[in-house]
Amino acid sequence: MYYNVFGEKVSRRRYKEMCEAAKNRRELIAAGLTSRRDLMKMGLLTAGGMLVAKSGLSARAQGLGSVSPASNGQNISAGTQQNCIPGNQTQSPVTTPFLDPLVVMPLTQRVSSLTPTPTLNPNVGAGEVRAAAFQAPGISLSRFPVVPSVLYNINQRQFTARQTADTRLPAQTLWGFDDGSGPRSPGPTYQAFYGTPQLTRNINSLPATNQVNNTGFGNPQVSTHLHNAHNPSESDGNPCDFYPSGHFCDQYYPNVLAGFNSTNPPNGDINESLSTLWYHDHRVDFTSQNTYKGLVGFYCLFNQLDTGNEGTGFHLPSFPQYDIPLAFSDKVYDPESGELVFDLFNLDGILGDKFLVNGKIQPFFQVSPRRYRFRLLDTGPSRFYEFFLTNLNNLNQAIPYWLIGTDGNLIPNPIQIQSVRIGPAERVDVIIDFTNLAGQTIYLENRLNQVNGQGPVAVDSQFFPQNSTSTECAALGVPVTAPNGQPNTNAILNAGQGNLILQFQVTGPKVPDNSVNPATNPTFYSLPSTNVDPRIVRTFKFDRLNGQWSINGQFMDCGYANGGTGGESTEMFRFTVQQNSVEQWLLTNLSGDWTHPVHIHLEEHQILSRNRVAPTVPADLGRKDVTQLHPNERVQLFFRFRDWLGKYPIHCHNVVHEDHAMMALWHVAAQGDNILVP
Amino acid sequence: MADISRRRILSWTAMAPVAVATGVALGGASNFASGSGTLTQSELARRRIQRLHLPNVPLLTHEGKQVMFYDDLIKNKAVSLNFFFAKCDEVCPRVTANLAKVQKMLGDDVGTKLFMYSFTLKPEEDDVEAIRHYRQMFNAKPGWTFLTGKPEDMEKIRRGIGFSYPDPAIDKDKTQHIGNVRYGNEPLMLWGACPGMAKPGFVAESLSWMIHLDAPGPGIKRQA
Repeated sequence: MYYNVFGEKVSRRRYKEMCEAAKNRRELIAAGLTSRRDLMKMGLLTAGGMLVAKSGLSARAQGLGSVSPASNGQNISAGTQQNCIPGNQTQSPVTTPFLDPLVVMPLTQRVSSLTPTPTLNPNVGAGEVRAAAFQAPGISLSRFPVVPSVLYNINQRQFTARQTADTRLPAQTLWGFDDGSGPRSPGPTYQAFYGTPQLTRNINSLPATNQVNNTGFGNPQVSTHLHNAHNPSESDGNPCDFYPSGHFCDQYYPNVLAGFNSTNPPNGDINESLSTLWYHDHRVDFTSQNTYKGLVGFYCLFNQLDTGNEGTGFHLPSFPQYDIPLAFSDKVYDPESGELVFDLFNLDGILGDKFLVNGKIQPFFQVSPRRYRFRLLDTGPSRFYEFFLTNLNNLNQAIPYWLIGTDGNLIPNPIQIQSVRIGPAERVDVIIDFTNLAGQTIYLENRLNQVNGQGPVAVDSQFFPQNSTSTECAALGVPVTAPNGQPNTNAILNAGQGNLILQFQVTGPKVPDNSVNPATNPTFYSLPSTNVDPRIVRTFKFDRLNGQWSINGQFMDCGYANGGTGGESTEMFRFTVQQNSVEQWLLTNLSGDWTHPVHIHLEEHQILSRNRVAPTVPADLGRKDVTQLHPNERVQLFFRFRDWLGKYPIHCHNVVHEDHAMMALWHVAAQGDNILVP
Repeated sequence: MADISRRRILSWTAMAPVAVATGVALGGASNFASGSGTLTQSELARRRIQRLHLPNVPLLTHEGKQVMFYDDLIKNKAVSLNFFFAKCDEVCPRVTANLAKVQKMLGDDVGTKLFMYSFTLKPEEDDVEAIRHYRQMFNAKPGWTFLTGKPEDMEKIRRGIGFSYPDPAIDKDKTQHIGNVRYGNEPLMLWGACPGMAKPGFVAESLSWMIHLDAPGPGIKRQA
């Protein structure tokens, strides 16, 4: 028996129709074939403006003509709890792609002082909410003064903004970051430098929780995490340390290399340099809603080699003119009102049918015929991408580009690629050379076939040889089809059949290019040695128990803190890492269908093996802070935990899983424990 | 917030097929906007959540009283929602025993500021007598209501609040049923969930977020 969202029985035949229709429509929209001209060109739209009823483009319209139970078109549910059933999925209104220029976020503006002046210990009297005193000044007050010279005053605010120039969608109510120049999402981009500590005052100026003005999702309590920073725990943005509107948290970012106070004093290991970080809300249980509502931004960290100036150091394209952060997200809009909507009741993972870059749906970007560095970030909530460059006028044209960084860390040498895959929270830095593409229009295309929150429909054979199709469709014998109707059980769609996300118009003026040519094989950083015996090897099993996302059979626990009448006080830390020690962590996933992008705070890791085989995929070869854990896989990670003390999480960064307890807190202390399976 | 009558919602429902039939092909859904009148964005969002996820179906409490799911149990309230069945011997006793501890920790808030609801997954077995007996086994206090109803209505609630699996075969297997506890504050549109098998202290903490709106996170409170 088959049901729609409200438990109404539908026939097997109708269920099959619904599956087919959902995929057809999703692919049409996603491919950007949404303008009248496009659809007519494809023979999908008649002159009268009606869509050709080709293999069930609208299952609802078909259903009305049959004797199926009357669902009255009301049975639409945001999101993907039953992913191949359009009756359960909200489908956004049609929008015309490539109307909006790409927005390049401005640099975060500094302030000369903060009132009240930041204090070593939390300034509770002034409304500050912080878990502990700053650690860095305790290590060296001269290097890390309590009030560093670089200060930022950030208000998190609600605001309205258009996400497309297409008037079929209204201006949206969003949450963003305001450095004094007005709120925006993504927030302004930090330009930070190693050796220059800085402090951000994160003020929660969102509407108070008890105001009845929510737009349907989001919890206006925040804790802002700086993703991948080698940061002291009190400034990390711990999920359990959120605070309501009217309060603030001073977050101290030392901008110091790992090892500075341990293995490589006094300045740390240059080979641990971080480059592309991002900040985002991390409020426990509500991270997916709050980041979806806009609380994300970039933090680019430079040093004497990765200078941001193509005339010096590694000679990478100059920031910010030719070095562009790109934040990807996929979203859904209400079919009638056009308002941004979020599936509050989804446990599996949420996919959108609109693709945004830097807060705009399918923008265009005019570039000059030269090299650019792009910093690609998947902000989630649940989608994986495999990015190709596509020329729609010549689908057979392979347009290679260069991978230079994984999770924001430069790899030893550039690797030429045709495509790269990233999951939620992962970043890749790439160089695209437009020199020989002058005058052309090139698309950044996602060709990864993903139909639900489980992950890509077929896991790449490099990782995992078995094909795993969408379970509910496969159970009915409905193959995952390409838009041309051919069965497609591969992860990768054909050129032009994926999601055209960003249009590059190579029509900018010819300008000098003093950046390094990746083809000359420049050397960046070396990978730190992993040839060290770990103090301990810990195992983490990512699983699902009765619909509850778990790590080693346990669930997220922030501890109990007098929610009502008082009661038990739980120990919220699952294990203790010894400060300045080496550990190996084995992440295992026997769940069969789910891919979990696993993120660990504080320190980066290197992937030693996948199912006992050394990694071969380029994006696996560098330093990482998120590792994709594929179905039936065991991944072996290498860590050095250095310098800082305190509490940090490990969690799945499919934020829907994270919000449903697939997270564990651990902490670093002078003496570690020996818990093998925390 | 303006209250919208059931009749008005029903009138939107009735309009939907017309909108589809007249060729909203790509939008493919009901004509919600034309029924919106002067509703604010916030009110529209709240309506949308109710319409898609919180069906107003009749239920019977463990005391045999008839109630409507949305109107009587959810609307204008902070709530927790979970599923059980009386003869379940794995998940349900653990979750229900956990919730009994949670109720104790939340004290007087339960039944005054926050309402706990447990719904049977097997209404064909669990009549009023069975759920009353089950409730007594766990020594549930006032403010925690157990509910049964017509199978199709229980199914609407279960799917509405997302306690279903994408794979129909797994979804049918009630031993694998979703053990989460959904918590929410309906007028504020705050909705989250935590595992019913999580530490009861943290489940209580999570539920308390729906009523103690200005409290900082547990990580902060621990330091105090």
